[in-house]
Amino acid sequence: MHHPGTNNKVYKKINNNFEWSKDNFEKISNILKKYPSNKIQSAVIPLLDLAQRQNKGWLSKNSMEKVAETLSMSYIRVLEVATFYSMFNLEPIGKNFVQICRTTPCWLRGSDKLSKVAQEVCNTQIGETSDDKKFTVVEVECLGACCNAPMIQINDEYYEDLDEENFRQLLNDLKSNKPIKIGSQIGRKSSQPEREF
Amino acid sequence: MLKQEDKIFKNLYGFDDWKLKGALKRGIWSNTKNLIKLGSDKIVDEIKISQLRGRGGAGFPAGLKWSFMPKDSGKEHYLVVNADESEPGTCKDREILRNDPHLLLEGCLVAGFAMHAHTCYIYIRGEYYSESSNLQKAIDEAYENNLIGKNACGSGWDFDIFLHRGAGAYICGEETALLESLEGKKGQPRLKPPFPAGAGLYGCPTTVTNVETIAVSPTILRRGGDWFAGLGSVNNTGTKIFSISGHVNNPCNVEEEMGIPLKELIEKHAGGVIGGWDNLLAIIPGGASVPLLPKSICDTVKMDFDSLKEVKSGLGTAAVIVMNKSTDIVEAIARLSHFYKHESCGQCTPCREGTGWMYRMMEKMIHGDVLNQDIDKLLDVTKQIEGHTICALGDAAAWPIQGLFRHFRPEIEKRIEERNRRVA
Repeated sequence: MHHPGTNNKVYKKINNNFEWSKDNFEKISNILKKYPSNKIQSAVIPLLDLAQRQNKGWLSKNSMEKVAETLSMSYIRVLEVATFYSMFNLEPIGKNFVQICRTTPCWLRGSDKLSKVAQEVCNTQIGETSDDKKFTVVEVECLGACCNAPMIQINDEYYEDLDEENFRQLLNDLKSNKPIKIGSQIGRKSSQPEREF
Repeated sequence: MLKQEDKIFKNLYGFDDWKLKGALKRGIWSNTKNLIKLGSDKIVDEIKISQLRGRGGAGFPAGLKWSFMPKDSGKEHYLVVNADESEPGTCKDREILRNDPHLLLEGCLVAGFAMHAHTCYIYIRGEYYSESSNLQKAIDEAYENNLIGKNACGSGWDFDIFLHRGAGAYICGEETALLESLEGKKGQPRLKPPFPAGAGLYGCPTTVTNVETIAVSPTILRRGGDWFAGLGSVNNTGTKIFSISGHVNNPCNVEEEMGIPLKELIEKHAGGVIGGWDNLLAIIPGGASVPLLPKSICDTVKMDFDSLKEVKSGLGTAAVIVMNKSTDIVEAIARLSHFYKHESCGQCTPCREGTGWMYRMMEKMIHGDVLNQDIDKLLDVTKQIEGHTICALGDAAAWPIQGLFRHFRPEIEKRIEERNRRVA
């Protein structure tokens, strides 16, 4: 199963320069305050996250080198971390990063149907990006919202209590740039029992 | 059924305000200074009296764990809260983090003080983005109101809480892998000993604890260890959040008394199994890592550490995954095998190679595309992985498969037979 976070190649085609934005530069000094001054390597995950956000959702070689430089680490140590954690993408992704939970609790409630719907509506394959660069669709392992299964994550947010119908609607709304509702799609506040029996 | 007044998580579903104002109304931070004034020994003793067992899966006695922290090591002490909730089926900590973050923060202060720690890191899984924003907001509120920081709650104890987001790795829920990750490395578990209480984060004494364990501790101190020990049974005391998912009418998180019968838990809170109790096939009672139970055992088993251990399963994180008769039970377990293959950190050979091998075998078994003797071969491999790795991920990958064959071996033999007939 292909996933932009699990390939071990560094994507070399696009090698644009990477400099921290002014905003992120300030954020970095706040992040570094969390850790002992001689242990700033601890900030590698938060900084990679910042770099990825600044770089449209993926990490280029230059961005990782920048993180290494900022933390006085060797590049290989940063690359090691970037390839280990699945949330770091090492190749460009679409505007909407659709991550469908495939693990047993979601599967029991129909996650495989969601995969089919996503491929259909987004017009792409699992692990691929659509031609218009609007969607990247991947299957991921348990996202930890099992009482609201089946659920997916798009970029930072969770979308829960899905079925084929409301998921198709959700993706179509995204496609036509309409606003979509975050969280439960059937109006649950969180993981309370849906109705009283 | 647990009485309303005995519930610890009063805002589990987020119907109430999660911010400081709401938290104060629910009695959080009300007399924290007095709790700290009890002194470190008394706090640990009270937790020991309550017989609280860790809520992260292993069920280790919390008071005992806290008491392992050295009294005066001359080094910085750390409390690390494990909010890297990724065990399939489990979503209880998420509700605490987003709906009642102050309950956790107060627990951090009290527990941190008991462990002589001035610094606490909360390691939250990276995917929990909105949960981490709520928690960060709560931390900011607590600092602004001098509940944490210098002279926290006016107790004279300095206490900092920092939030650290992970980036998607199940293995970082293992305590030493979490520490490695927090130090800015790949999340690969460390050999033990040394245990974290001796040399943990940055080589300093550290205790790593689950969110729920920390969050219940202030209430235990307020109401007394005896109150907590009075719920449930000896060694399996208190209340517990159960995550009920899968084929039930109302999947939900619910706080209940430890030791509630499994059937009652599902029928009373989750609206019963889809298609009725008789339509039940099997239940995984404690998150993906524990062996499944067939209906015959589910009829009577109680939900606590010891009762589930007796039937060769475990309470784990108390994540109840319900499967009714429409389930392809082999594929259900094969999907878990895929999960472990994906999440193995690659450090130990038996796990790195074994999880992939087991997954490929399980995939074939879905269609019966194996030989009869392969069943025993697969079981033999699970035995060779179990106990031969640095951390428990190898065991966790082996147990679901062992559970499947313990209870559903004839089902797979039937599939092999059917396939042989088709091919011939």
